Amino acid sequence: MSHESHVTGHISRRFDHELEDIRNQVMRMGGLVESQVNNGLRGLLEADSQIARQVVQDDHKVNRMEVDIDERCVEILARRQPAASDLRLIVAIIKTITDLERIGDQAEKLGRNQLELIDDGETSSNYVRLEHIGELVSKNLHRALDAFARMDDADALKTIAMDEKVNEEFEALMRQLITHMMEDPRTIRNALRVSWCARALERIGDHAKNICEYVVFLVQGKDVRHIGLKGQGEL
Amino acid sequence: MNQVAKMNSNSSSAGLEEFEHTIGENLLEKAKFSTRNVDVFYADKQAIFDASLDIASNEVIALIGPSGCGKSTYLRSLNRMNDTIRDCRVSGELRLDGEDIYAPEMDPVLLRSRVGMVFQKPNPFPKSIYDNVAYGPRIHGLARNNAELDEIVVTSLERAGLFGEVKDRLNNSGTSLSGGQQQRLCIARTIAVSPEVILMDEPASALDPIATAIIEELIDELRANYTIAIVTHSMQQAARVTQRTAYFHLGKLIEVGDTKRIFTNPRHIMTENYITGKFG
Repeated sequence: MSHESHVTGHISRRFDHELEDIRNQVMRMGGLVESQVNNGLRGLLEADSQIARQVVQDDHKVNRMEVDIDERCVEILARRQPAASDLRLIVAIIKTITDLERIGDQAEKLGRNQLELIDDGETSSNYVRLEHIGELVSKNLHRALDAFARMDDADALKTIAMDEKVNEEFEALMRQLITHMMEDPRTIRNALRVSWCARALERIGDHAKNICEYVVFLVQGKDVRHIGLKGQGEL
Repeated sequence: MNQVAKMNSNSSSAGLEEFEHTIGENLLEKAKFSTRNVDVFYADKQAIFDASLDIASNEVIALIGPSGCGKSTYLRSLNRMNDTIRDCRVSGELRLDGEDIYAPEMDPVLLRSRVGMVFQKPNPFPKSIYDNVAYGPRIHGLARNNAELDEIVVTSLERAGLFGEVKDRLNNSGTSLSGGQQQRLCIARTIAVSPEVILMDEPASALDPIATAIIEELIDELRANYTIAIVTHSMQQAARVTQRTAYFHLGKLIEVGDTKRIFTNPRHIMTENYITGKFG
């Protein structure tokens, strides 16, 4: 169920514009972060140093957007003293952009580790297949941003449940990497780099899940953090 | 499925015809004031429709809503101030500590000493500061001698947070004070007769932010000894000083609940629209 239309309708049309603007900015930031993640993944999977370098270079754009949006949120709090769904929107945005910025950092990590792997003449595919976790994480992030854009609490809850699969995949990858390291200690250096990439992807999944939780808070006014899937299922 | 979904399905026609009953926690297990099915008419015009609301001891409750929603009318029915308006008729059950306040044997003057009122515009009598506060205790015979009366005046001014500012000029006229001081003088006058409940009708709307902050701080302190119902147009004020909030719209009590919930997650679309400043 979408609740997008709920943002507007204030007697103050300027307030409508301000909220719409800030929401669009968050979506632009989401779009940028999503392409950072997807490029980070591509750099990793295709062992492409140019893309990887670009991802590292572009991280500052994400940071810049976080600062800008934060400032706008503080201004709205000060000037408008928003209440009810408006207040929840601003709080959800402040939290969402923190997670988006951290996703950006993780994407940058993918790039950095990839560059180091290339320097060593290695690729992640020599150790494990990261395609699957990458696909899962990228899809969850996309769905989280969609849920935010459409204020779709039902889809947000479904996406939260998907994070379990990411965690399982991460555990499986770690077991494989540990096996590599035990069999041949010379691989430890690069196997660790690959594990950091897997870890970064897993963290991106966690942040996407957080964003979904903010969407539920925004729409329903309920805090679904730390109550587990069972509790969320009961909502 | 969820509240906003419900609200959205209503929002296209958020008219009163969809209103069936008050949402939220309007009734309490233990109430100081208990009102049931209150209707108020001005001649043939109905101003309040079937409002049922409990007010607890030592709570501050905000009555909010757009102009003409009946919040002041409801407030005034709690100490029978509406009796002074011709053609005004109040029906339903209104009980203070279980006593029917509209019973024939209830003396409205006595009732108003138990349920005091502070108005929007400070209205000190054109008398000295001392006499303003001493007025009620005198007519109700609350002091046996001048020493006792002095004590009531000083205590009341102290409780209203005004004594320090006026202690050297108690004989000056009440109207010589600033707006904020006058309002605190009116509060002192109200509490001088030891009421149980204080009704406030936009007590700070004519005051600057500092005087408002002082009144709000005072309301918070008074809560320890009194039950307070406050009508306000300031959403922030309601959010700051009250524990519960009741939202009225076109004479109907739409929603009541913890102030925190009402201001973060109201359940009725009309409440949501009003406090977020949207078209209802």
